[in-house]
Amino acid sequence: MNFGIVVFPGTNCDRDCYYVIKDILNQPVRFIWHREYELKRIDCVVLPGGFSYGDYLRAGAIARFSPIMSSIREFAEKGGLVIGICNGFQILTEAGLLPGALGRNKSLRFICKYVNLIVERNDTPFTSEFKKGEIVRMPIAHNEGNYYIDDLSKVKKQVVLRYYGENPNGALDNIAGIVNEKGNVFGLMPHPERCSEKILGSEDGLRIFKSIVRSI
Amino acid sequence: MRTREELQRISMSLEEYELAKSILGREPNDLELGMIAVMWSEHCGYKHSKKILKLFPTTGPHVLQGPGENAGIIKLDEELALAMKMESHNHPSAIEPYQGAATGVGGIVRDILAMGARPIALLDSLRFGLLENPRTRYLFSGVVSGIAGYGNCIGVPTVGGELVFEKPYTENPLVNVMCIGLLKGKPKSGKAVGVGNSLVLVGASTGRDGIHGATFASLELTSDSIERRPAVQAGDPFMEKLLIEAILEALEKSDAIIGIQDMGAAGITSSSVEMANRGGVGVEIEVTKVPQRERGMKPEEIMLSESQERMLLCVEKGREEEIRPIFEKWGLNFAIIGHVIEEKIVRVRENGKIVGELPIDLLTEKVPAYDLITKEPEKLKEIQIIENVPKIEDYENMLLRLLGSPNCSSSSWVYEQYDHMVETNTVSIGRGASILRVKGKPYLLGITTDGEGRYCYLDPYIGGMMAVAESARNLICVGAEPLAITDCLNFGNPEDPEIAWYFVEAVKGMSECSRRLNIPVIGGNVSFYNESENYTVYPTPVVGMLGKIENAETICTPEFKKEGDTIYILGEPGNLGGSLLIEELLGEVRGKPSFDLELEVKLEDLLFKAIKSRLINSAQDVSRGGLGIALAECSIWSNLGIEANIETEKTIEEILFGEAQPVVIITVDSSREKEIEQFFKDLPIKKIGKVTRNNFSIKINSNDVINLDIETLKKEWSGGIERWMK
Repeated sequence: MNFGIVVFPGTNCDRDCYYVIKDILNQPVRFIWHREYELKRIDCVVLPGGFSYGDYLRAGAIARFSPIMSSIREFAEKGGLVIGICNGFQILTEAGLLPGALGRNKSLRFICKYVNLIVERNDTPFTSEFKKGEIVRMPIAHNEGNYYIDDLSKVKKQVVLRYYGENPNGALDNIAGIVNEKGNVFGLMPHPERCSEKILGSEDGLRIFKSIVRSI
Repeated sequence: MRTREELQRISMSLEEYELAKSILGREPNDLELGMIAVMWSEHCGYKHSKKILKLFPTTGPHVLQGPGENAGIIKLDEELALAMKMESHNHPSAIEPYQGAATGVGGIVRDILAMGARPIALLDSLRFGLLENPRTRYLFSGVVSGIAGYGNCIGVPTVGGELVFEKPYTENPLVNVMCIGLLKGKPKSGKAVGVGNSLVLVGASTGRDGIHGATFASLELTSDSIERRPAVQAGDPFMEKLLIEAILEALEKSDAIIGIQDMGAAGITSSSVEMANRGGVGVEIEVTKVPQRERGMKPEEIMLSESQERMLLCVEKGREEEIRPIFEKWGLNFAIIGHVIEEKIVRVRENGKIVGELPIDLLTEKVPAYDLITKEPEKLKEIQIIENVPKIEDYENMLLRLLGSPNCSSSSWVYEQYDHMVETNTVSIGRGASILRVKGKPYLLGITTDGEGRYCYLDPYIGGMMAVAESARNLICVGAEPLAITDCLNFGNPEDPEIAWYFVEAVKGMSECSRRLNIPVIGGNVSFYNESENYTVYPTPVVGMLGKIENAETICTPEFKKEGDTIYILGEPGNLGGSLLIEELLGEVRGKPSFDLELEVKLEDLLFKAIKSRLINSAQDVSRGGLGIALAECSIWSNLGIEANIETEKTIEEILFGEAQPVVIITVDSSREKEIEQFFKDLPIKKIGKVTRNNFSIKINSNDVINLDIETLKKEWSGGIERWMK
């Protein structure tokens, strides 16, 4: 399983994802600078969290014009796996690879804390290591995680993760993570790379990466 | 000839001007005078503090770099070292809280970066007035948003700090920011060497912002200060993130960079002069080579601008093009603005024409160093006396009141706005010292900041010692061996003999304690003039301390671990001097804080050994609010109760709310009581009860005093700040 982690100017969770994939899961992985076009031999593209372009204008709004994004679009159309975490999720919605949009948190403040999530689908390549209906704990850290879509019925079946109990940011229908119709592009606000080791308080996130590895 | 008024605008006295003139042997022109003024400002020149700061012990077996560089450095093992530094951004934050705090973060991060280290964590030690005051709420939320806005964006986790609300900080909030960073190999230095080598400005373009920020920071705040808002710089965290990555990439790929220097207060002037001074050389700068974001900037504006996110590099001549592409890849300026010269002067040119020329030593070694005139405040003896303390009718109510006050309550409203997890090293925060792991290493790091202005106000020598001791104790409680200190000394106007006395006494106390505990001070910062028309801040030395935990098995945390464990107190609780309770009851801070240095040394030594050999299950330091608050926190964090009975000759008030130090609460397996009592036999040790499933019950001399359920404690504690900030 070859992973590629895309680095935009301002991305800041790239090295955290790299560490989990390389040092915890022993999978081949490389960084991909946003000006590159090449995705040869990559099986899964990771769009990590951070503040691409400083979140200026709107989170993800500038990054979607980076050269690598056209290659990612092609890659996804051919069925390649793409996971966008936090800012990566925002970029995927801005790029139209996932439906909906992520607005400011209801509190208008940045929120960094652990939340409970319910796994709504385990039939995706990203969640096969979970049970359907399982409650897991992962941290969030964002300013703009308030998921919105004008017609919720369009994505009902694509919801993979929902906030369980408290809804931290006002997201519509408690949506924390969704896939595209084909199920090969996944965006989520929680940070699985931050909870992939016991010493950090939870290993629930590692199961997302393990699911990806298992899928191929 | 300059007038006194003209000089006052740039915080210079007529006497200083005359002195500078006589050293120079002529009248300085406007550019030169501006450069002298910033370098002679308290902020850059440390003229009231440098003699006293020599008291600090600064060496030790682990110290790779003591004071004098952008940051101090401690050796962690044969491969890794850690850079650490703390700095204040008080004045700018009082005027423009968001940008003031944000640029404070930016500056300290660049100090760490200048040592060649990757910044891995930030801590913020914050002090404000009372939240009842709407302006305090504005300053508080602005500062927190500024730290969050900047720190979150650059991807450096904010993992700790302190939060204090006291009246004297109403008009002068204290914003002290600490950063630590990891580096491999030889630390970099902020020096320029090698005649002909290039001076390269990297990062953002230069604008008119922050001109004379350093001199502004060296004045008291007045109602006119708001007009000096232009002296506060604006930060661009995105640019800073690019700068971090570009510098680290350049250092990894090339050895052409000889020296790196943050460009902070006093901009190009101070960074080039400091680099020249450290390297024993001179520098020549061509101002038209500086990338500018505004048109028509004069040489003095360029030389004094404090535009953020810039750094100065000394690069080996002829090898500039090796690293230029790295900075261009990250979209940053890379401008050769000058070079190293032999003659020890700073020469400024504009289109080749010399517009200013000053000797380096005039701006460094020859900055006047003043002997402080000190006088013990007359009111001191009076405020150390506690009289007519009203009797507490309801101890439960008082415990809840203190627990729910912003000084004791949960600070989650603050730290949930900070990304405290990015970098995936954060193991524990918000409970005593913070713990970070180091990827690929068995050991972990403990970090903390501590300092109680209240104690220092009542007794600066004792208060200074307590700031150091409490930091060390907090580290020991998590199983970390203290290695080094960085500090931030926040005081009023040092030309006031009483303030000067406080300053000197506090530094003496800190020095004495760090010497006895064997913890060197490897860097720091002094912030004077924290006073305004109505208030002078408490004398507030803040200590930032780093420690090392041997491995994950020897981590200890403060919360209770399991039902049935036996609870002990080490040390002697008591003495209400300087306590929050006294302030609550009398409406003012009074009394003499008590601290036993010899006991501290013994206690820390034994406690560390006990934790290392895994004898105990939890350790919690007793500080602000006293034993009652410390026990309540242990219960809140663990969801476990206590059943305690304390036999004592002291009053209930003293036992529950006294803040004498050192006192530590530990819990142990009940089967190990004998072993523990034997182990700590040389210390005052008292068994007070056991950990239970839910009720929080404390008896004193077998009389019921507190009987509460944990949910009640939690509710008060968690809402302390939120209820003001809705």
